[in-house]
This record gives sequence, structure tokens and C-alpha cells, in this order.
Amino acid sequence: MNKIYLKFLPLVAFGFLACEPEFDESVEENEMYTAGEADFSTYVAVGNSLTAGYADNALYRQGQMNSLPNIMAGQFERVGGGEFTQPLMADNLGGLKLNGQIISGNRLVLSTTSGSPSPAPIAGEPQTEVTNKLSGSFNNMGVPGAKSFHLAAPGYGNVAGVASGQANPYFARFSSSDNATIIDDALAQNPTFFSLWIGNNDILGFATSGGAGVDQTGNLDPLTYGGNDITDPNVFAQTYSDLASSLSANASGGVVYNIPNITNIPFFNVIAPDVVPLDEQTAAQLNAGFQAYNSQVLPGLVQFGIISAEEAQLRQVNFQAGNNYVTLVDEDLTDISQILQGPPFNLPAQQAQLLGQIRQANDNDLIPLTASSVIGSTVGGDPTQINGVSIPLSDQYVLTSSEIEMVQNARMSYNATIQSIAEANNLVMVDADALLSDVSQGIPFEGGIITSEFVTGGGFSLDGVHLTPRGYALVANETIRLINQKYGSNIPQVILGSYGTINFSDDVMN
Amino acid sequence: MKKILLSGMLMFLASAAVYAGGYRVAAQGQRALAMGHAGVGVVNSAETAFFNPSGLVYLEDRFTVSAGITGVFSNVKWQNENTGQFAETDSPMGTPFYFHASYKINEWLAVGLTVTTPFGNTVEWEKDWEGSHLVNDIELAAIFVQPLLSVKLSEHFSIGGGPIYATGNVNFNRNANRTLTNEEGERSNITIDDSGVTNWGWSASFMFTPIEELRIGFNYRSEIILDAEGGEATFSEFPDSSLTPQNGTTEFNASLPMPAELTIGFAYEMNEKWLFAFDYQRAYWDVYNSLDIEFADPSLGTSINPRNYKNASTYRFGAQYIANDKLTLRAGYYFDESPVQAGFFAPETPRNDANGYTAGLSFNVTESLAIDASFLYLRFKEVDASYDSYFENGQAVPFRGTYKSSAFLPGIGVTYKL
Repeated sequence: MNKIYLKFLPLVAFGFLACEPEFDESVEENEMYTAGEADFSTYVAVGNSLTAGYADNALYRQGQMNSLPNIMAGQFERVGGGEFTQPLMADNLGGLKLNGQIISGNRLVLSTTSGSPSPAPIAGEPQTEVTNKLSGSFNNMGVPGAKSFHLAAPGYGNVAGVASGQANPYFARFSSSDNATIIDDALAQNPTFFSLWIGNNDILGFATSGGAGVDQTGNLDPLTYGGNDITDPNVFAQTYSDLASSLSANASGGVVYNIPNITNIPFFNVIAPDVVPLDEQTAAQLNAGFQAYNSQVLPGLVQFGIISAEEAQLRQVNFQAGNNYVTLVDEDLTDISQILQGPPFNLPAQQAQLLGQIRQANDNDLIPLTASSVIGSTVGGDPTQINGVSIPLSDQYVLTSSEIEMVQNARMSYNATIQSIAEANNLVMVDADALLSDVSQGIPFEGGIITSEFVTGGGFSLDGVHLTPRGYALVANETIRLINQKYGSNIPQVILGSYGTINFSDDVMN
Repeated sequence: MKKILLSGMLMFLASAAVYAGGYRVAAQGQRALAMGHAGVGVVNSAETAFFNPSGLVYLEDRFTVSAGITGVFSNVKWQNENTGQFAETDSPMGTPFYFHASYKINEWLAVGLTVTTPFGNTVEWEKDWEGSHLVNDIELAAIFVQPLLSVKLSEHFSIGGGPIYATGNVNFNRNANRTLTNEEGERSNITIDDSGVTNWGWSASFMFTPIEELRIGFNYRSEIILDAEGGEATFSEFPDSSLTPQNGTTEFNASLPMPAELTIGFAYEMNEKWLFAFDYQRAYWDVYNSLDIEFADPSLGTSINPRNYKNASTYRFGAQYIANDKLTLRAGYYFDESPVQAGFFAPETPRNDANGYTAGLSFNVTESLAIDASFLYLRFKEVDASYDSYFENGQAVPFRGTYKSSAFLPGIGVTYKL
């Protein structure tokens, strides 16, 4: 009896199904797309903050949901891509705690509490505790802060090393063991397809610290490097080659990204070098203070053969009504602080220190965003002691032209390495450098234009370094375009306007 | 900056749509519905009160009542092959109902009453789907109550009609734009809600019976504009920022048109068993040119929502076969032209041209009581469409895709005669 009824069940089911609308060619059923020669079933993304989905000076859930590889994995689903797992943060605030102590602040939002709209950390107690180990493996192996050689560094995910800076808090949350490396945890997932975007931090720390670190070109031992140092190009090349070939070994394909030019990012373009406005009276006052220095000290030093005439020219300090270039300490200048204390100058120690390596900035210098709260502030409330004017900015607040050159030399070398290794391993190479350079010119999309203008441009998040979801979507589309070209796939692209930019909130930390 | 953002918000609101295309619901009588919802020339029960009031006076019975309810199961799928996105509706069952009564005072005069739900729309998309800046979900219903008079002027000619009292309600939710979220990452959204919106209209009709077997009918129902005044607009999941609208409620005013409808047609009784009916219907949708929502909060202003509907025709064919004393069988077909024009295809009622296939029966339980059942299957062609009047930063951002819809409407009712 039951069996007879069961016979009719499919008929009944069919009766209801017949009422379901069906497309001739269904997107949902993957009837329109092909993976070409690539296999996207297990996609693993390896890299740094740009892979993790870092934005607005923090890693937070909304950013992770809009991470570059997560956007791509969503599109890969149309051509057989599997689930894409990410080591999600505990909240949408983004701050990190280590044993209950906050070690990394919340994400930035655009706040109007101070009057004019400006970035501020969102209020709230972060819930992400680094010691809470996540279980399982993650397709998104992006670790904010990682440099090239960190990917293969054992112990980089050991929570015991986080406090001392030996390990990375983000990797410590999900490393498979204390001694695991990022690359081994990635390879253990047997990726059929991978992306690798690494090397940005090998120069970025140096740049954002205003060149406070050391250019380690020539030093082949990364264990001796400081956090703000530039990685030696040969170290980079060797590391990168190992990473790319191990990832390529068993994958059907992969994509690598080169290193964009840091001079295009808002972090270095919000503050112009001639940011100091002065009226005529103040300018005259300041000039009076530097008159002896310009007209007697500098020519005297040239005369003694201590500095060249060229350097004397560079060291002239002059103010005028209108916008003025900031004053700064340039470590590349001859340190004259001792000489100035001796005869014939006999300057007091404090003044000699001030003038020791002073010059005014020029259009070849870049001022990091971090200087915004410093320039124009007074030292100890003394109205004559103005940072960036009468008191030169310290090294960390200016990336000088010679420091920029070090960064660019290393970057060019890295990019040459990336290109040749991409070719050697038959990989897709996304020219992220060219793409982000186009963003600084503006790229139109339906509903607007994406630029690298701070706050309003839509491409860069409020930290001025990392991209917005819309910026990551732009990179995802370019990646998909090149993947389709290389592997004969026809993966669809996403709509940029559907991805957000910066977030507004007045619920911020005081 | 604040001003820019606020005017931006107005742009988002400008895409708000409270009403949908073709939100006419044709389910006002199971007997007629089984015959392709044709009935302007049919005289067979109290259903005539809705389809052609002038025909009431020709009913044989002194007092007759028809009542019924229909379940609307509709499903819409959307996809965009350029982006690989897809979504479908998970709409709750719609339940249009009707009550018709007719009382024949004498041979030349009958009175009647109808309570119907000729306009309504229930669509629920997956929350935050790709088109959520146009609609997340909408529920719209209007009830028409109409007392009627039917007068036989001669053996061949009668007239009928009466005033219509309409009451409606609407609830509509959509996201503020394509990206805005609150601090938790939840999409900012706006709900517009109003109920008990009323207004008056009228209908007039005649029936011409040149020979006994042929009835020619004409029915005109006036447009009714429901003016929602002081409705409640709720802003939710907006961030705590002076740059965006605040969470909370404000009032809104909007005008919601129910278009006029003209029907002409005939019914031909071939013999004692067979009857054939045809209706041609014209709905004057061009009244739905734009939906303007005026917010009480002056900083939100008025949102202008172009709809640009066009007048649309429907062609209805039905047949009835009286099998025996107990059983009557019916079948029908109609072609329903969509009032939505190219570039104005908004997903809150994604109605393109539809083919309706109908069938049904009446079973006479006793001399005076019959059960009426009907079934309608609405089939829509797959259509590539877009809504082009959504703007961001002053630029049109069309919402495109391919739609495929279907609906089936089983209905049940009773007819009682005295």
C-alpha cells in the first residue's frame, strides 16, 4: 500500500516543480560559465593585509567579507569554486586583545564630532582575543603586516611571540601550530588555484615611518631586520621564488600581484609639503630668526669646506606670506650641531641641535598622514615653538626624496622579480601598480568615479593605505579579466557601485 | 559635506517605489476566473455584480450570494549573467477574496453588494539582495466595497452601477542605497507604512441582449486615487552620524492610483450545455506616471519615482460546459499585457506580459448550494529588463537583469441561491 503511494510521490513533486519558473540558461545552476583550463575548486589566497581584507586601519568583519579573495571566490562559485573560509574577527570593530590587553585599536570611521568630518576610531570594546585559537584551515591566508620572508618563517604564528613582536597576532589566531608557517598552512589545503600578493610591507613600513628604518639592501639575513626596514631585493627574490614554485607545484593555476607605487596612496598625498599658512607679519618674524643662519652661518660653513654650496642652498630657511614648506630634520644633511656650538658660531646647545640637520621641505618630499596632528602644534604650549615651522619635523614625519628613492629602487627590483617568476611559473600577473596608478587618475564606473582622493575618492580606506571594498572589487575585476584571458574561462565580474567605501559614524572614541 | 550627503540620500529615496506594475489582481469570482476571468457578458450568479452590475436584473433567483478566496502562489527569479548574481522571491501567499450578493426587488430592478480585492501585490525578495536598493519587500492591498443598482430598461437592455468605497494599506521596505550600513554592517533601510487609506469611486455598466443566446456587456470602473496622508516612514539601521538620516520615524504623504478599467465583451450560449465568453479589457494605467513621496522631515524632501506606465489591454476567453445537474466544467485563457514600459521594470512587481491558463468547476451540492473551484496558472516569458530611474551621484544606475516569473492561483468559493 505504502509502496503504491510512494510511486506517485515523484509525480506530485513534479506537479509543484512545474510551477517553479526556470531560466533557459540559469546562472544559479552554472549553465553559463566555464572554468576553462583552471580548477577553482580549492582556492587559497596567500598574502598580507591586502589579501586579509584589512581596511580603515583594522581587520574587521565587514572588511573581511569584502576582501579581495572573498570577492573573487564569490565569482569562482559560478565555475566550480568551493567554499571560501576566512579567519573572521569576532566583531565589526577590528581591535585586537592579547590576554585582555588591547594591542591594536578599532577601525576608523568618518566622524563629525569634532566639527568637520575626520577619521576617528569607532567606539567599543574589541572582542577579538588573539589567544582564542580558531580551529580548522582557512582559504584566506592573508596576514596583515606580513613581509615576504614572514610567509616561510616558523614561529610567526606562535602566540607566545606576539607580545615581543616575534610573532604576528593575526596569524597566531589561526596558525595550525606554534611552529607552523603561513605557506605550509596554505599548501596543506592542496590548493587547485592560488593568489599571492606579498612584498608590499617589505617597503611600506619604511615608507610610512618616514624612512625611520634602514635600507637593508646588501644584508641577506632577514632575522636581523627591524620592522621598518627595507628588505634586501635578493632576499625578496629568493623567498618569492620559493613561494611561487611551491604554490604552483600542484595547482592548476594561480595569480600574483606586483607592488604598487606608494607615492600614489593618500597616506602620502593628503598633506602637501607646503602645508603651513603664514601671514606676512609672522613670516617676517620667523625670517628674522633665521637671518643670521641663512646669511652668515651657511656661507661660513661653505667657506670652511664643511658643506657644499649646493647643500647650503638646500638648507636655506625662508618664509613668506601664504603657503610655506615645512621644516624638517634630514638625516642626509651634514650634522652641524657640534660645529655650531664651537667658534666662531658659539651657538647655545639647544639652538645648535635645532639647526643641526634642518632644511625646508620641497616638492620631492612626501609628508605622511601621521604628521597631520603634529604640524602646526606647539612644543609645550610655547607659541614660538611651532612644529614644522620653527621646530623641524623629526625624521618619521617626512619621507625625503632620497628615502623615496630607496623605496622605489627596492620596489622596482621586487616587481622585476615578480614578473619574471610569474612568467617562469606560467602564472597570471596583475599589474596592481598600473591599476592603482590609474585610480589616482580616476576610473569611472556606473554611478561614480573611483579615485585615490582621501575620504571622498572611494578607492582608499580611512587609513590612506589600504583599499575600500570598492577598491578591492576593482582589483578583483582586473584579476578576473586576466584569469579569463589566461585560462579561457568566462568568470563574470562584479559591480563596483555595489561595494561600499568608507563608513560614517559619530559613535567614536573620545 | 553634510548637504552633499543629504541630497545623496534623496537620490536614494528617489528610487522608492510603493506600487508595482500591474498590481491588478484578477480573482473576483471563481466561476469567471475558471473562464479566463471573462464575465462582462455572463449572467450566472452573484459574481455578475462585479463583472457587469447591469446583468443582476437578469438573474433568475431572487436572492443569491457568491463568496470565495484564492491563494496566490507566485515566484519570481532574477539573474544577471554579466555579474553571475541571482535571487528569487519568497513571497507569502496572497489571499484575494470576494463577496457578492444580489437581491431582485422586481422584474426590472435588482440591488447588489460586492466586496472585492481587485488591487494588491505581495513580493518578498531575499533581504539585501542585489536589487534591495529598489525593494526588499512590499505588501499592498485594497478592498473595494460597492453597493449596486441594476435596472432593466427593456427586454434587451439594462443598466447598472454604483459608488465604490475603497480602503487600502501598504507596507514597503527597501535599502537606502547600494552600500550604506550601520556600525554593525547591517544595511540601512526605509519602511513606508500606511493603512486605512480611503477614497470613493464609481462604476457604470450596461448589458445588451439582442437575442436570447447572446449578451453583450460593457462595464467601466472609475480610477480611485488613494491619498496616503500622514503615513509612517521608518528609517532603520542608519549609522549614528550627522552625515546620514537619523534612525526613527517621520510622516509621509503619497498618492497611489488604482487605474480606471473598461471592459467590453460578450457571452454566447451555443446550446444548453455550452457557453462561450470573450472580454476585452483596457486598464488606464497611464495615471501611474510617477510616485511622489513627500516626507514631513524637510531635510528629506520629496522623492520622485518615475513609473511612466502605459495603458494596457487584456484579452479573455472562456468556455463553460454543463455536464449534468451536478457538475459544470469551465476552462479559459487570457493574455495580459503589461503596463510597464522598457526601462521602468522595477522588481517590486516584475510583471511582463503574461499568459493565463484557467480551469475550474462548480458542483451543485443541493438545489441552492454550489461549490465553485478554479485554478489559474500564470506564465510569464523570460524577459531581459531594467529599471533606469535610480540615481547615485546624479548618475543613472540602471538595475538590470533577466526575470522569469510564474504564479498559480487555486481558488475555492460557494454560490448560494434562495
